[in-house]
Amino acid sequence: MPKLYDYVLSGSCYKVRLLLSLLGIAYETQAVDFFPGREHKRPEFLALNPLGQLPVFEDAGLVLRDAQAILCHLANTYDASGQWLPRDVRFGSVMMWLSFAGGELMAISGARMIAMLNYAGDLAALQAKARAALRLLDDHLADRAQAGGLWLVGATPTIADIAMFPYVALSHDAGIGHEDYPAINLWQRQVRKLPGFVGMPGVPDYF
Amino acid sequence: MSLTDDRAALDQWYTLGALQDFPAGAEVPSRLLGEDLTVRRLTDDVEVRAAGRALPVRTDYGHLWTSFGTPERDLFELPESREPDRRWIHCGPVRVRASGLRLVENFLDLAHFPYVHTDILGSEAHPEVARYEVEQRRDVDELWATKCEFYQPKAAAASDEGQISKYMYRVVSPFNVMLYKTPPTAPDRWDVIALFVQPADEAVSVAHAFMLVIDLTSTDAELSAFQQMIFVQDKIVLENQRPSLLPLQPGRETPTRADLSSVLYRRWLKEKQLRFGTEPRTDLQSTDLPHA
Ligand SMILES: N[C@@H](CCC(=O)N[C@@H](CS)C(=O)NCC(=O)O)C(=O)O
Ligand SMILES: [Fe+2]
Repeated sequence: MPKLYDYVLSGSCYKVRLLLSLLGIAYETQAVDFFPGREHKRPEFLALNPLGQLPVFEDAGLVLRDAQAILCHLANTYDASGQWLPRDVRFGSVMMWLSFAGGELMAISGARMIAMLNYAGDLAALQAKARAALRLLDDHLADRAQAGGLWLVGATPTIADIAMFPYVALSHDAGIGHEDYPAINLWQRQVRKLPGFVGMPGVPDYF
Repeated sequence: MSLTDDRAALDQWYTLGALQDFPAGAEVPSRLLGEDLTVRRLTDDVEVRAAGRALPVRTDYGHLWTSFGTPERDLFELPESREPDRRWIHCGPVRVRASGLRLVENFLDLAHFPYVHTDILGSEAHPEVARYEVEQRRDVDELWATKCEFYQPKAAAASDEGQISKYMYRVVSPFNVMLYKTPPTAPDRWDVIALFVQPADEAVSVAHAFMLVIDLTSTDAELSAFQQMIFVQDKIVLENQRPSLLPLQPGRETPTRADLSSVLYRRWLKEKQLRFGTEPRTDLQSTDLPHA
């Protein structure tokens, strides 16, 4: 059975849990004491992922790190419909937004660890980066909505939406509200309605 | 904001975290009651300083405790800490943008389980809170709620089926609270789950959850993840509660959630004339106010 090395409060692990649930894939988890234990920096974990980061996913002998890469693997392996990772003209755009979800948007993750778990760092600087990323995302989704589109790319949800959702939804923990992002809020409601959707602690139940 | 002048708040013990969070040699900044502190762990000793002054220190129960004032009593008793088969789990500090008193009150409330911890600590099919007993133990100045019972689909990390959990709650000081509940694998004993709140500012708290549990199967990571999951479900509710300071003025908050323990807790806080983390009152004569 596939295995997710998991931490319940990790937004990056949640990306993987969300897609596993949407695709109805059975899996087991191994809880990693990320906080306060910092188990992801111990030698046994570093042997799995030398970057010392969650998530890590094991599947049929593969050991994968990076949530975006894991989402690609899951869609590639388990989604016969091809909807979640389209191999046509949409492919490049899906990759572009995936990369944004694992890149610029991760400023929310950094700000969240400072605001919520007392990590050291420059909270104001990360919040500014996070707001800039949310602004860009909101503008894109507003354009999409203008054209009648509900999702980041094309007419169906893709792994780009799934990679994006967790840290957008968790931004409160980073001290960033959703008031200024109407198009994002509309889109979040769509994600929540997907059959098989699961939340996580800190993801609000209302939009 | 600077250090409060609230005598009732100053004369208490507060935790600044688990001892293991303060590495030897390092100077760690912290905050309590509106004042910045520094903690320095020497080999055996811990030093806590604020505004050039050394504060009293205790290191009971694996935690660092301090006070700005002169607490009337020493730290509370926790006999379970001497039982050799208990697992000690420190769940780490979590910052919450709410009054510490709100955190304690939420911790005491059984009624929110079905809605906030759905299908874990409660289920929407069993929302009723059966009658329980509350008392103020004046000899130790603690509040107790006893004979509480609640149906829980997943009471703890080691649960594999639902159970009716028995609960007791114990408030040992305005910002320190613990509960005793039935362990899934040892129904004749009590797990201890404590919430030590470090009130950093009036509406900013650091929650230190700490457990002394009977569990032979779960890993430390699983035990801590379970508690963190529960606590972060509460956090989002607490941060959206308005007002974020606890209202003690009569009629200020319709007591929808104010069940027996919350009524007793608020009364006890008023009796102590505690102000830190409470909404300023307008119903008191100015002569009653500790400062106008
Ligand atoms: N590129 C990775 C980053 C994931 C990430 O930041 N994970 C956090 C937990 S949510 C982590 O393990 N941080 C520890 C570190 O970066 O040292 C991904 O997208 O999966
Ligand atoms: Fe709760």
